Amino acid sequence: MPSEKFLEGIYYVQGRDFVDAGVVSSDIKRALKEKGIPESVIRRVAVITFEAEVNIISYADQGTIQLFVEPGAVTVEAVDIGQGIPDIELALQEGYSTADDSIREMGFGAGMGLANIRKYSDVFTLTSEPGNGTHLTSVVKLDGK
Amino acid sequence: MRLREIRDKLDARVIVGEDRLDLDVSTAFGADLMSDVLAFARSGCLLITGLSNPQAVRTAYALDIKAILVCRGKSISDKFIEIARELNIPVLWTRLIMFEVCGRLYQEGLIGCIRQASEIEDKQIA
Repeated sequence: MPSEKFLEGIYYVQGRDFVDAGVVSSDIKRALKEKGIPESVIRRVAVITFEAEVNIISYADQGTIQLFVEPGAVTVEAVDIGQGIPDIELALQEGYSTADDSIREMGFGAGMGLANIRKYSDVFTLTSEPGNGTHLTSVVKLDGK
Repeated sequence: MRLREIRDKLDARVIVGEDRLDLDVSTAFGADLMSDVLAFARSGCLLITGLSNPQAVRTAYALDIKAILVCRGKSISDKFIEIARELNIPVLWTRLIMFEVCGRLYQEGLIGCIRQASEIEDKQIA
């Protein structure tokens, strides 16, 4: 399949680094603004990356968030090495959470993250190997369809 | 409602954005959980929160929230202020509890940025 998808940036996320939670999301937002992506799309991508970042910090040892920009869409790929998700359907339910106090003190862990990512994505895929890690892909189309 | 009026109604202190008190807001969202802010809040609103860590500022930035009001007299760290300045988001601070803040601002005509959670099906964070 020919790909016009350009890697715009790759961002490293360290597990348990609560202090910097949201930094990658802010950086990605800035990068997309510079590219002239529509604001409504940027907001959706910013929320998706914020949630993905918090998930890596909260549950994984380390991970990366890759940002791809193509003519009609922005794609976010979050890949981590860590405990993974044993039951993806359950994890996607709003309100389901395995967060500990350190996550809740940061203002997260309400069990909204993955559901929120799915809600704001036009294409959403989540796969996980328990004990190894998680791979999340989210596509936001510029025309919102 | 201008930030200047909000400051006066709430006996609030301006922590960041003394030069932006003419900024006008017409909607608000109140929560301590940033998960809920990311799920339900809309762009352009005032964020009323008791969470005073840097994640509140970064959450506001992700959603293009116009300004943050920290309630219940929560202490604000230097890091919080530094990030708010960097991201150009005004911050007000009051000792009033969230209920009191919301009640006073609602009386002045400010409304919620959404009325109920069912509206979350909408993909656009307008």
